[in-house]
Amino acid sequence: MPVTHAQAVLNGERLALTRALTQVENNTAEGLEILEALFPHTGKAHLIGVTGAPGTGKSTLVNQLALTYRQPADGCVPPRVAIVAVDPTSPFSGGALLGDRVRMQDLAGDPCIFIRSMASRGSLGGLAAATAGLVQVFDAAGFEIIIIETVGAGQAEVDIARLAHSTIVIEAPGLGDEIQTIKAGILEIADILVVNKSDKPGAENTLRGLRNMLSLAHPENNHFDHHGQLMELDAEADQSENGWIPIVLPTIATSGEGIPDLLNSLKAHFDYLKSSDLWQQKEEERLKDQLETLLGTALRSRWEKSISPDIYQAALAQVINRKLSPWQAVEELIPGPEL
Amino acid sequence: MGNSQNKIRVLIAKAGLDGHDRGAKVVARALRDAGMEVIYTGLRQTPEMITEAALQEDVHVIGLSILSGAHMTLVPKILKLLKEQKLDDTRLFLGGIIPDEDKPELTKLGVNGIYGPGTSTQTIIEDIQKACQ
Repeated sequence: MPVTHAQAVLNGERLALTRALTQVENNTAEGLEILEALFPHTGKAHLIGVTGAPGTGKSTLVNQLALTYRQPADGCVPPRVAIVAVDPTSPFSGGALLGDRVRMQDLAGDPCIFIRSMASRGSLGGLAAATAGLVQVFDAAGFEIIIIETVGAGQAEVDIARLAHSTIVIEAPGLGDEIQTIKAGILEIADILVVNKSDKPGAENTLRGLRNMLSLAHPENNHFDHHGQLMELDAEADQSENGWIPIVLPTIATSGEGIPDLLNSLKAHFDYLKSSDLWQQKEEERLKDQLETLLGTALRSRWEKSISPDIYQAALAQVINRKLSPWQAVEELIPGPEL
Repeated sequence: MGNSQNKIRVLIAKAGLDGHDRGAKVVARALRDAGMEVIYTGLRQTPEMITEAALQEDVHVIGLSILSGAHMTLVPKILKLLKEQKLDDTRLFLGGIIPDEDKPELTKLGVNGIYGPGTSTQTIIEDIQKACQ
């Protein structure tokens, strides 16, 4: 009996893996079949999200992180590491320049590291529509650590928090004042906040700003800032029912400084998730998210098949002429008792 | 063929020791603007690194920039490695300073196109699109 494509992926065949990733990325029938066959084998990997503004050093940090994972200090068997790096697709040409590998050259030659670049292909949340699928393929293929690097993100690209177990948000010194740190959005999703390029001027201010932000969000935090001095509270107070308090860390990704601390924080977060019911909760949320996205897509494509393009165009023309409101148009285009 | 949809994936690599990547970047940019997904690897790639990146990224095309004169060593090595990885269906295009007398040999080895200084990016785009049909 010939080995199926999914079986070849499970057997660790790299060519089968890379071709499977392509099928899944392109959302083909074969890709779907592979994902279905692999699904029972997923759910084992630690999914780590890395996000932050363009130029803060995400790729360089991912490079160092993968290197450090592959050289464990404690002499344990190093995990296999997969990296999914997303860069933006041009809204004009549909093309993309995927440059994350440039910063990851140190990883070449290690057969237990697999880097895949992907273009966002029109998605806006910092990931591509197929990123979750690619992660599932890597998970089934036995990669214990999967690092997902988002598009250079600004304030609202928070999809990564849904996908990853642990989210690292990278900041660089000198990007705005304290008001930036209390806005909603990307800082809220961080399990670990990294101030990269911490040898640059202003790093102390950025670190302090982020710690202050956290002391507002988590008053039980055992650090607080008092007249510019970091004061320590009673350690007892830390163990609140609110759960994980984000860790703030300085790093210099180009030299690797601070990366072992980052790796230890990731392990601590992993242990924390596993020892509480948060791991399970994250898995449930992610699968629910995936199911709902699939349902949405399926319903839409079913509806598109059920209606002739002429009717749609006619309704659209009426809306453009202000003869029909968009809301009325929806009611007309989706017939049925209740929306 | 790995990629069944219309997005052409191209790996742009600088092989060997020369550090001039202006040409590679111009081509990468032009291919991006032609709607392709271009993976740029950076400077000083060994044949092993290029083949490995081509495998991981499942590209249709490798665009290789060589200005150092080492093409008669590097190209056969890359083609051999691609074959070993069962990536024979990957098209290889070459840019840079390639003397005319080397071109027949390189074409015979399996290089799909060779482009010297002054080539219009439109020519490269069309050749890649044709090779990927």
